[in-house]
Amino acid sequence: MAGTAVQHDQRHDHSDHAHADHGHKPLTFFQRWFLSTNHKDIGTLYLIFAIVAGIIGGTLSVFMRAELQEPGIQIFHGLAQMVYGFEGDAAIDGGKHMFNVFTTAHALIMIFFMVMPALIGGFANWMVPIMIGAPDMAFPRMNNISFWLIVPAFLLVLLSMFVEGPAGAYGAGGGWTIYPPFSTSGMPGPAMDLAILGLHVAGASSILGAINFITTILNMRAPGMTLHKMPLFAWSVLITAFLLLLSLPVLAGGITMLLTDRNFGTTFFAPEGGGDPILFQHLFWFFGHPEVYILILPGFGIVSHIISTFSRKPIFGYLGMAYAMVAIGAVGFIVWAHHMYTVGMSLETQRYFVFATMVIAVPTGVKIFSWIATMWGGSIRFTTPMVWAIGFIFLFTVGGVTGVQLANAGLDRALHDTYYVVAHFHYVLSLGAVFAIFAAWYYWFPKMSGYMYSEFLGKLHFWVMFVGVNLIFFPQHFLGLAGMPRRYIDYPDAYAGWNMVSSYGSYVAAVGVLIFLFGVAEAFARKRVAGDNPWGEGANTLEWQLSSPPPFHQWEQLPRIR
Amino acid sequence: MKNKAYAVLAALACLLFASSAFADKPVDWQTSLQPAATGIMENIAWFEQYTLWFIVPITLLVLLLLIVVVVKFREGANPVPSRTSHNTLIEVIWTVGPVIILLFLAVPSFQLLTAQLTPPENPDLTVKATGNQWYWSYEYEIGENPLSFDSLLLKEEDRASLGKEDKGAYPRLLAVDNEVVVPVGKTVRLLVTAADVIHAFAMPAFGVKIDAVPGRLNETWFKADREGLYYGQCSELCGKDHAYMPIAVRVVSQEKYDAWLAAAATNLGEANRALMASIDGAAKTVDVAANAAQ
Repeated sequence: MAGTAVQHDQRHDHSDHAHADHGHKPLTFFQRWFLSTNHKDIGTLYLIFAIVAGIIGGTLSVFMRAELQEPGIQIFHGLAQMVYGFEGDAAIDGGKHMFNVFTTAHALIMIFFMVMPALIGGFANWMVPIMIGAPDMAFPRMNNISFWLIVPAFLLVLLSMFVEGPAGAYGAGGGWTIYPPFSTSGMPGPAMDLAILGLHVAGASSILGAINFITTILNMRAPGMTLHKMPLFAWSVLITAFLLLLSLPVLAGGITMLLTDRNFGTTFFAPEGGGDPILFQHLFWFFGHPEVYILILPGFGIVSHIISTFSRKPIFGYLGMAYAMVAIGAVGFIVWAHHMYTVGMSLETQRYFVFATMVIAVPTGVKIFSWIATMWGGSIRFTTPMVWAIGFIFLFTVGGVTGVQLANAGLDRALHDTYYVVAHFHYVLSLGAVFAIFAAWYYWFPKMSGYMYSEFLGKLHFWVMFVGVNLIFFPQHFLGLAGMPRRYIDYPDAYAGWNMVSSYGSYVAAVGVLIFLFGVAEAFARKRVAGDNPWGEGANTLEWQLSSPPPFHQWEQLPRIR
Repeated sequence: MKNKAYAVLAALACLLFASSAFADKPVDWQTSLQPAATGIMENIAWFEQYTLWFIVPITLLVLLLLIVVVVKFREGANPVPSRTSHNTLIEVIWTVGPVIILLFLAVPSFQLLTAQLTPPENPDLTVKATGNQWYWSYEYEIGENPLSFDSLLLKEEDRASLGKEDKGAYPRLLAVDNEVVVPVGKTVRLLVTAADVIHAFAMPAFGVKIDAVPGRLNETWFKADREGLYYGQCSELCGKDHAYMPIAVRVVSQEKYDAWLAAAATNLGEANRALMASIDGAAKTVDVAANAAQ
């Protein structure tokens, strides 16, 4: 691992006189935050953005859980009345569509505007240049435009919720997968166009970011830092950036065809003109499956650092860990149709996708066992980031093994599009990626802000969240086995029991988010000075060699890695 | 040795399955798959239990290792960390081990998949299901005059007129006005398509789920082993009433099916009423009896 052998400690060269010493005039507020070219400032903007988007996306999910708490329609006819001004029976119909709009917006917001901005735009922007000993990203202005594209993209998606979708209803309600013909002839109004445009802009933002990360990591590593000495978080971001670069253009192509089908009379996906709705699904999932690894890979990198730091041990099987991520990324491109076992594919095709999908379990297993082996023989301190990371390992395992079940087309026949799938992907994303985000937040918060958070509030946040999300998602396995389909506003009465438990869980998790926000406010109010390296000798990557917060420009003299 | 372990696991899995509840629709606080009414679904349920014998121990192993690590290697118990960062043998073991486990999963998985996509014989009957926003229409491919009808969610106000007041047999959001009627023990070929947007035909007790895609004619099959009334729901997001277009299949004896089919050619409502009367005239419906036993 890199970092332990930096030749000289240069934090004293830089801290405190960051701006003055190289002839910059002090930046105005507008210059610093709106015209920013500094990877740390842009990272901060991304993190703030992700928190805002996460609160909005999370609120949508609490509304859905409140609706599903009991059979029948509880709140959405009222919501439709309040938001869109529907009356009487129209409010029921408007509410039914509004529920679909919420499921769609929840997914799009959480994926494109919460997890990706937090992990890639936020933590990777902040930490990757520092960790590889680079002064900044390779293309600082492109970094800025990446961020300022994601904001209008988010606004477009939000705006889509308030304009006409299907005739007489508002918003795009086709799910995040936006399958045609429902997303073409099924929703003629402009809502779908706005959502597609939002995805386009968000995709452009991510592609620019990916180019930036690839260039930075391949060209700007400090002298002596070979790829095989590079910290695992940088590895994970490099792989993620390649996945983004290769998969997002396919999504862009697919949704452009969707746009022309909608507006210019093409029939790529319309059977009446010789097109095929299933073609879109292939294009979508060729992007969509790498996308789920895009969401989780940076988390893998983060968890590796946290486990190593607080076990005071080097990462076990460093090369295996790095190449396991490469393998997951590569195989992730050839398994997409396991999302489509029920579309009517041939036996041979289904066999291939079963086989390829199962292969992914092997490198994933390597990662889980290597994390445990890193802790084995260690001297573990249970700080807040560490408990989040341990929680991540266990919950990701639960989500992983149900993924192995779903990989089997024969069994997926019974579970496809049921709550079993919802439980599975929330265990790997909501309890995997999001736990990694919180772990990273508590790990790097002292470095980024210079302040120490309250250990009590951090752990309270963890336990409330841990109980909450498991209450939400574990019972959904049962609902899925019993046959409850996804994306239902109302369900047969037999499903009432577990739905009620799940809904209560979401209220607990919502309290967890409030504790998180309170903890952030408390840390900034108390201003406990964190020190350069609050985590001790286990924290040996380069960011801990700098002051907290780091100087405005770091590594003006490049560190040398031996 | 491995074979023996496999057999023991399989036997235990079958035992577990045999003990699960019997119903043709979901029941309160259900935690398992719906009971099988076809051989394919029996295989699916067996395979689901079989996978649990791998994934539950793996999850518990990870949990156990985490607990050991947390207890044994906490700072208080182990103040000086080791510097181990490699062990080729253990790395090979945890790479090859999962590969072997996956092989144990893959073999029955491929058998199940092959069975699902390979109908055992020529079909005795072909029914075409078409998804619409938001109801299903069915067409019986029988000779010159195919029987066709729409099947909509049962409205509360129609319960009395259709004789479907029993909410155990005709649950809210599952019951329909006109069920599909098929003979027991016969191979039914199901052709599935859609008229507007994508829907999905799902029948949990049969192990059937197949997308209804406009412009495509998907084919699947089932062979129901026992009589009864079976419920499924649309399983691909199709718009505001996605949750309100259930699927109901009534499996009856060949004689009752023949009588129903003859009557349905002229008057479907009358045929359905006569069929329900003949079933209730016997020892109540299978499903009602099963539900009462819950």
